[in-house]
Amino acid sequence: MEFMKPGAFKENANVAMADENLRSAMTMLNGGMIPNRQGAVDRLPEFEKLSQRGRELKDHVLAHLDFYLEKFERHCKASGGHVHWCSTPEDARQAVLKICRSVNAKSVTKGKSMIAEEIHLNAFLEQHDIKPVETDLGEYIIQLAEEPPSHIIGPAIHKTKDQVSDLFLKHHAKLGRTERQTEPQKMVNEAREILRRKYFEAEVGITGANYLIAETGSSIIVTNEGNGDLTQTLPKIHIVVTSLEKVVPTLEDATTFLRILARSATGQEFSAYTTISTGARREGDADGPEEYHVILLDNGRSAMLGGELQDMLRCIRCGACMNHCPVYQSVGGHTYGTVYVGPMGAVLSPALLGVSGTRHLPCASTLCGRCEQVCPVSIPLPRLLRQWRERSFEAGDVPVAERWGLSIWAFFAKRPWLYGPCARLAMRGLAYLGRKQGRMRKLWFAGGWTRGRDLPAPEGQTFQERWAREKRKEQRKKVSG
Amino acid sequence: MANETSNGSSGAPTNVGLFATCLVDLFRPTVGFAAAHLIEGAGCRVHVPEQTCCGQPAYNSGDRRHAQQIARQVIETFEGYDYVVLPSGSCGGMIAVHYPDLFADDPEWNRRARALSAKTFELTAFLADVMKLDAAGLDAEYDGTATYHDACAGLRELGVKEQPRELLAAVEDLELAEMADTDACCGFGGTFCVKYGEISTDIVARKTANVVKTGADLLLAGDLGCLMNIAGRLKREGSSVQVRHVAEVLAGMTEETPPIGESFEDGS
Amino acid sequence: MSAHAKTASGRENILGAIRRSLGRPALSTDAKRDLNEHITKHRANLVPARGKGEHGELVERFKEMAEAAACTVAVVDGETAVPGAVADYLRANNLPTQVTLAPDEWLSGLDWDGQSLLDTKSGAAGIDDLVSVTPAFAGVAETGTLVALSGAAHPTTLNFVPDYHVVALRASQVVGAYEEVWARLRKANKQGRGFTMPRNVNMITGPSRTADIALTIELGAHGPRSLHIVLIDDQAGED
Repeated sequence: MEFMKPGAFKENANVAMADENLRSAMTMLNGGMIPNRQGAVDRLPEFEKLSQRGRELKDHVLAHLDFYLEKFERHCKASGGHVHWCSTPEDARQAVLKICRSVNAKSVTKGKSMIAEEIHLNAFLEQHDIKPVETDLGEYIIQLAEEPPSHIIGPAIHKTKDQVSDLFLKHHAKLGRTERQTEPQKMVNEAREILRRKYFEAEVGITGANYLIAETGSSIIVTNEGNGDLTQTLPKIHIVVTSLEKVVPTLEDATTFLRILARSATGQEFSAYTTISTGARREGDADGPEEYHVILLDNGRSAMLGGELQDMLRCIRCGACMNHCPVYQSVGGHTYGTVYVGPMGAVLSPALLGVSGTRHLPCASTLCGRCEQVCPVSIPLPRLLRQWRERSFEAGDVPVAERWGLSIWAFFAKRPWLYGPCARLAMRGLAYLGRKQGRMRKLWFAGGWTRGRDLPAPEGQTFQERWAREKRKEQRKKVSG
Repeated sequence: MANETSNGSSGAPTNVGLFATCLVDLFRPTVGFAAAHLIEGAGCRVHVPEQTCCGQPAYNSGDRRHAQQIARQVIETFEGYDYVVLPSGSCGGMIAVHYPDLFADDPEWNRRARALSAKTFELTAFLADVMKLDAAGLDAEYDGTATYHDACAGLRELGVKEQPRELLAAVEDLELAEMADTDACCGFGGTFCVKYGEISTDIVARKTANVVKTGADLLLAGDLGCLMNIAGRLKREGSSVQVRHVAEVLAGMTEETPPIGESFEDGS
Repeated sequence: MSAHAKTASGRENILGAIRRSLGRPALSTDAKRDLNEHITKHRANLVPARGKGEHGELVERFKEMAEAAACTVAVVDGETAVPGAVADYLRANNLPTQVTLAPDEWLSGLDWDGQSLLDTKSGAAGIDDLVSVTPAFAGVAETGTLVALSGAAHPTTLNFVPDYHVVALRASQVVGAYEEVWARLRKANKQGRGFTMPRNVNMITGPSRTADIALTIELGAHGPRSLHIVLIDDQAGED
């Protein structure tokens, strides 16, 4: 599947909804992630309070972001680390490249990092003859498939087991693995064995960070596979690619987020591996990287501060919003055509890429509010989606037909004296058309509706018309009685 | 509707402005009468001032200016009543939650919007929470199994969850069978259902699958938009599950009109 | 790409942009003092009830939660029983008996030679090492999490490279909540007025796992396929 464009959201969606493999993968997602999260939340009575505290902490940090970043930098440097401040994706790519070149890196292993996706690091490294090896199983699968991730924590969530079997057979045959594996356990094993050597061969290991700790100058990764730890421990250099808003004040504050992250994301009590990394290996250490670099990416985030979009910077990337999104469940992640998908992506992508090319993302939502309900840091996602709609409406990005439709409707809605008679007339007409069946299978101006559903017919008269008549009758009764 | 009574205990009637919502006004007046019947049954006097729409289509399309114009009109029309009641969580949420937001930069209208917001209620929440209606006094029966869909705005913006269920529990012979993911969106989403018709259809198909799985013969909800969407899909699938607004059942008015999307000529 | 893209002062650009958006200059000394206080006090936020209780209760909870995270736990009476318990575990599960021990004084001081079945060496883990035995810094009851600190005696690779990881943990090392680990860490690594972090603090909750293939949970994705905890009941003998 080609990397689709956000401007073609509707077309992408139709392709996605016709894809049987995607549908069966999405059904699994719905059945698993939602009850898993609910179970974990129910098991921890303090979840709501922790979540509230997490929200307050993020708001506090964002209001003092300059302070905490400087603090982080000072402590990172004090423990032998390096901090690279990068305004743009290009700055970040160049910083990574420079570090890789300092050790003549031929291959880099990578833990899962959405920031690396955001700056399209893999393609860039390949252009510069450095082979990036994704080690998170999901990222590894989509790297083989040459696809972008379709979910922020389960990048290959759109792939069925059979599709992975085929991919492995196709790519692993040249490594002597010519038997098609169909059991997930055997497939996991095969990938494990193939990737094992890569960890030891790579000169550089790149990971993301779930949090940065100002107090200690550390980065934290939260994983389940252990690939992130192998990636950051075995090569000579560990590079952390991350973004400004990941910083938290103290170990205690990070702890509060750790208590809500896994529960919201996978429904686990705690992920298998939470690793705090500070600087390079210490004197006398038998392993660990010799250098530790933190790439701090801005890419539009500083501009989100101070306004309504600041709330979006609280996001801890748990993915609960997409798991619970009816639109995401139908169309999957690739339809969005952006790195970040689902409700959080629909809010964040216009900020990162501009609203004109991404107009559909905030529009393609029923605003059902389930995303906000499950968001562990209470990001008002529907409100932010609506805000993008307002901006794109003001910018004139809305199609003419829609703009006209709204104006005509508003014209009537503002004039009850005109609305009443017109409504009465229109409903009589519709009722006449649908009276026999009670519904219409086709209606020339409502194809969007009737292609997949019947349109129930109106009763015939409007409520206000009938109400007024009833009232008149009562009056008459009173007068005559 | 001859039982318009004054509030026995205090003497002065509680005046309720009934905002039928545009969908009920246009498509299903019976819901409006059912709502009026229930509100009157709770001892209030019902008024239906000339009305159109709450402005949500403009608001959710990013057309703030039109939304504000319409909101002002609604505020002016309804602010004189003791309460504003809507047989819809979606339009109720628009007034109760979003109107104050619409006038965030206009102190005078913001004040009026807040005042209106404070006395605006979705129908079942009004009956159960405000009027503390003794459900046992409902004169309603329905011989069958129903399932209830939690429409999004009512559920998440106004906290409508237990109220309709408590009221339905008092309907004679009615059995409630909960569906899976009852709090998941049906895909209606206002203008979403036509702008993104295919996606909307896909979402509602998940909803109808859950409805059918319960074995219920009647689907209820408190929002006509969702109901038309789900009914439209059920009918397209050839399902025999009937669809009605919860108010029709609670008011004992199921004889007055066929279920949503069914022929007006067979029954009566 | 912005006009500032290639300037050397990415740092100043970003900090300036942050302040512009927040609509204020750099923080005053007073404001910074308050924030510094937040950092140096490292006050705990909310600690869930399940992270509190009598020590015996916490040890039980630790065991329960670790097992729920797919660990196996064997309780032994004293540290002298650890090598035997490791040998028993490997034998019972038909696992390799070449074992890499953490070069930790306490662990190495146990009587490994008395276990004729085991073939031990010590050091960091290599690509072919299959079984590791390590101590831990703490166990956390609230989620059954082990905490390991890297250092000369505790190579990080032992936690991730071998297929099977065995951890010897004294019951007295079990605490209720993560915050108690941070307090112990700050005390153990005190330096001047502050403390030093090791290169790695590894919080480990069960063996490696993945759900990346069709959401089926499989153990042993890249890290250990199993995590066995030998829990030493040292409460009575503690001095």
